[in-house]
Amino acid sequence: METIVFALLNGVIYGLLLFMLSSGLTLIFSMMGVLNFAHASFYMLGAYFAYTIMGATSFWLALFIAPILVGLVGAVVERYGLRKVHANGHVAELLFTFGLAYLIEEVVKIVYGKTAVDYKIPDLLNFPAFTIYGASFPAYRMFMLFIAIGMLIGLWFLLKKTRAGLIIQAALTHPHMVGHLGHNVPLIFMTVFGIGCAMAGLAGVIAGNIFVTDPAMAVQMGPIVFVVVVVGGIGSLEGAFLASLLIGLIQNFAVGINASFAEIFWFTGLSPTSEIGDITISSLAPVMPFLILVLILIFRPRGLMGEQEL
Amino acid sequence: MSIKKAALAAAVSFVAVTAAQADIKMAFIDPLSGPFGPSGEAAYTSFLLEAEKINAAGGVNGEMIEVTGYDNKINPKESLVQLQKAIDDGARYIFQGNGSSVAAALIDAVNKHNARNPGEEVIFFNYAAVTPAFTNEDCSFWHFRFDAHVDMKMAAITDYIKGQEDIKKVYLIGQDYVFGQAVAAAAEGMLKEKRPDIEIVGNELHPLGKVKDFTPYIQKIISSGADAVITGNWGADMQLLMKAAAESGSDIPYLTFYGGSKGAVAALADGAIDRLYQVTEAITNLPAGDEQNALVEEYKERFPDYDYYYHRAWNAMRMFKAAAEKAGSVDPIPVAKALEGLTIDEAYGGQVTMRAEDHQAQQNLYISTVAKVGDDVKYGVDNVDYGWKLVEGGKIDAAAAEQPTTCEMERPE
Amino acid sequence: MSDTTQTYADIGPSSGAKFRQRFLPIAIFAAIILAIPMLDPSRTMLALMHQMAIYIVFALAYNMLLGKGGMLSFGHAVYFGLGGYFCMHAMNWIEEGGIWGAYPTFFLPLLGFLAGGVAAAVIGSFSTRRAGTTFAMISLGVAELIFAGAFMFDSLFGGEQGISGDRMNGPEVFGLTMGPQQDIYWFMAFWTILSVIAMYAFTRTPLGRLSEATRDNPQRVEFIGYNPTRVRWLVFTASGAFAGLAGGMSAVNYEIFTPEALSLIPSGFVLIMAYVGGITYFAGPIMGAILLTYMSSMLSDFTEAWLLYLGLMFVVIVMYAPRGIAGIVFGFWDGIRGSNPGAYLTNWLIRLFGSLLMLLGLIILVEVSVRWSNGWGEVFEPFGMHFPHESILTWIAIFVPLGAGAAILRHVTREKEEMAA
Repeated sequence: METIVFALLNGVIYGLLLFMLSSGLTLIFSMMGVLNFAHASFYMLGAYFAYTIMGATSFWLALFIAPILVGLVGAVVERYGLRKVHANGHVAELLFTFGLAYLIEEVVKIVYGKTAVDYKIPDLLNFPAFTIYGASFPAYRMFMLFIAIGMLIGLWFLLKKTRAGLIIQAALTHPHMVGHLGHNVPLIFMTVFGIGCAMAGLAGVIAGNIFVTDPAMAVQMGPIVFVVVVVGGIGSLEGAFLASLLIGLIQNFAVGINASFAEIFWFTGLSPTSEIGDITISSLAPVMPFLILVLILIFRPRGLMGEQEL
Repeated sequence: MSIKKAALAAAVSFVAVTAAQADIKMAFIDPLSGPFGPSGEAAYTSFLLEAEKINAAGGVNGEMIEVTGYDNKINPKESLVQLQKAIDDGARYIFQGNGSSVAAALIDAVNKHNARNPGEEVIFFNYAAVTPAFTNEDCSFWHFRFDAHVDMKMAAITDYIKGQEDIKKVYLIGQDYVFGQAVAAAAEGMLKEKRPDIEIVGNELHPLGKVKDFTPYIQKIISSGADAVITGNWGADMQLLMKAAAESGSDIPYLTFYGGSKGAVAALADGAIDRLYQVTEAITNLPAGDEQNALVEEYKERFPDYDYYYHRAWNAMRMFKAAAEKAGSVDPIPVAKALEGLTIDEAYGGQVTMRAEDHQAQQNLYISTVAKVGDDVKYGVDNVDYGWKLVEGGKIDAAAAEQPTTCEMERPE
Repeated sequence: MSDTTQTYADIGPSSGAKFRQRFLPIAIFAAIILAIPMLDPSRTMLALMHQMAIYIVFALAYNMLLGKGGMLSFGHAVYFGLGGYFCMHAMNWIEEGGIWGAYPTFFLPLLGFLAGGVAAAVIGSFSTRRAGTTFAMISLGVAELIFAGAFMFDSLFGGEQGISGDRMNGPEVFGLTMGPQQDIYWFMAFWTILSVIAMYAFTRTPLGRLSEATRDNPQRVEFIGYNPTRVRWLVFTASGAFAGLAGGMSAVNYEIFTPEALSLIPSGFVLIMAYVGGITYFAGPIMGAILLTYMSSMLSDFTEAWLLYLGLMFVVIVMYAPRGIAGIVFGFWDGIRGSNPGAYLTNWLIRLFGSLLMLLGLIILVEVSVRWSNGWGEVFEPFGMHFPHESILTWIAIFVPLGAGAAILRHVTREKEEMAA
């Protein structure tokens, strides 16, 4: 019972974190057709900027300033880099973001060093919130939950209730028409790219101190975020939300289950000491998201809730 | 990449002299970046400092030592590439230790290189890879190990558990590779032998260096009702495990090999006292002469991010010097032959003997736990106010720590 | 009525042109490879060249997919790795003796070819149904899946330790014991030349031509009666097979294979190699492989920030020189032999000068920043010059060349655009 409760809590938090990352990527992908390989790099930048700002002032300032900085970096990248490469096609854009991811990682290594930095939880939040089944649940994780939900609500509000959101929604599916109607589509693109990167940066700010802040952050988060976007479906924020929660929950539940293949597939007579029989569900945990990705791409390329095919 | 920086710092006092006259080239092949970078750097700086001191005292047989670092990112294949680079740079002695998977590949590669290139032999000084096989079935004349291996350390830990009546359930957690597997096997076997009443309530192996959040594992440990946890985790895996343990607020004791990994004590802070245990070849708070204490303080001053921890690195360098002086040469084969059976006095009152049979160093082992810095705990670690203190009856003599070997070594003429 | 019909033979290239375009470059390439041992290269150089050989074959195999087939894959190292792993196991079987004891280690790459091909055939059966971004994503997913899964099967993949072996077993071929580096050089030379010829020949087969057609216009390929999915699948299989061959070469060279070889990192590396070299030219990946192998081995001795330079080079090529290094080289060659060699040459030299100025400023910037952020008090001192980060002269030395170079390049490109217009 304890495992289920903890897995649920941690799974939801991790899933929401994934959503913070993948929502930006979905927006960017749906609108501009660019699969931003460097998206997880902006997540990393958010964590590092927050670490620097927190070292100089406080965590709360970092919480506000770091995502804005990351968003600005994203906007600059879009304006001076991506737009130029856009003329050469989707593959070139993909390669550009791929090279950008490399670059950002290297610059971070040079500026901050090759090993992890000590980005700490602020003292104000460093206490156990409640205790279940003998283990305490840190308050900081509840804070992460609130921020993620807050961002979710903010995003929904922006897109559904404001005029700017209306234009963005339209540009998501019919960018040319929006241009014909007189809106500055390149500006919209730049803004959306900036907002997407800012959201990734915010995810980095709140996750960097729980998960380690080191130059390999981006490479570890990156592929999972892509899985979420593709599994959720193109153009669908709801799909991304569902997929993030699904993957977050599956990963956290899987770690908690020790059942081995020999136990599950006992009817095949699989021996528990053989290699295949010895595999436990918990050791499958890192593989799960990619298994889901491959299966979805084979059987339902639209994704869970996408409208168009990838 | 702090390799060149650290080398620069160490060579600061002897820039022209050392670099120009380096006749004994030694290569340090270990992770210097990534999750295990701090472990590698800590060891590297230890070797550098001792090399500097030896050079200052006239070198080895009049020749200067140069230690160069090669980053292998804990990857065995990358280590072979770096080994080749090191050999091409003129290195005849290789230091490695952080990562038994790397050590296995290096032993194999060194064996092959020495067989294929007679006259250009290299020696592998293993300062930390403690999988028992390297001085048993995989033993090699070209390999010397300066750290007590898994069976020796586990014997010490299980002897300690034997005397603890209130431990009835033990949880095993480790890294999923040859070392972690050896720790689990040794723990299971020795516990069954010494305390058959103890129930092993969990045996978990997690991926090496990949888990960032150990909370699910900690929760599993708590819900299993364990009274103690035995783990061989090291580097980032140790530090993050302790971080998650601290967060969970549980007070289950951890009996470890590498509790002294950078950041582990700091992560637990107050919770480490009488809760985090380790078995090592020395701790800085043992009674020692002024010279040794001065060395500990100098190391801290030169490398403020790290603490004096790799006592075996100092032992290795000193044994090398003693062997080279005994053999009257700095060439690998005479030095190796002189090293077999050699005994030196080590700084905390014991002796280190390189057993000729299997090239395994025999030395005292100490079980220690964390205590607040005060009268009898002089040196803290991790830049916090906690340090390691010997537990009651925690000293194990070298003779008692010795384990048998199955090594059948082939020696060159 | 005059006879205006032409046969295909008439409009094809003349045998002289065929010789120049097809046979001569490969002959020169082979000649260079065979001549190198006469220069008595050091062991470091030999090791470097062996690495280059492996990557040349791998990059060429990858370009069969990217440049010729138009399929961007992020997981090609999987086939390299699977081929290599199979060869490592075979190496161990040879050592054990029995039936395998008669198989020479020299021909292990053939087994790698088979293994890579079979794996690619299986995975390609579902991944090649679509092209473009879907294909790229599936390749990413499959790569991560296999990489993560590799740690579950220790007997196949060896876990953290990988699988090691000894190549000095089994029967000797061509008088090579496969021990010293010189022997391995001939091994590498043999397989590199063979693979280059084979892959070049592939581009001249109907399937090779069809793959280029499918890259450009899959709909039209359907109209003329071929199934683009089938074409993609066959090309994918061939590409995976040659990647497996490269894996076999790597297995014999290093005598160890670890699961990292299956991950995204080598996949990304070969992508950069092929793209930097130039995906539209056959020789492009060869140039890319040589350049990048050299950079990753030698440059790391000169500067800490070599990966940064690599990344910058990649981004610059994506943005400003999408045809890669081969594009630059061949473009120069064509321009020189074109209508106005003098003007072209001056234009080109001015652009080169501008680029070098920018490069100079950039190098100083990166090296000074690296040392500044390290905090060890080190100063960048190339060739006896002194560039401390506090001195204003350093910053002048950085921004003046950068600015001047950028201005020159802008001026020249604008001039070229005006000329063209």
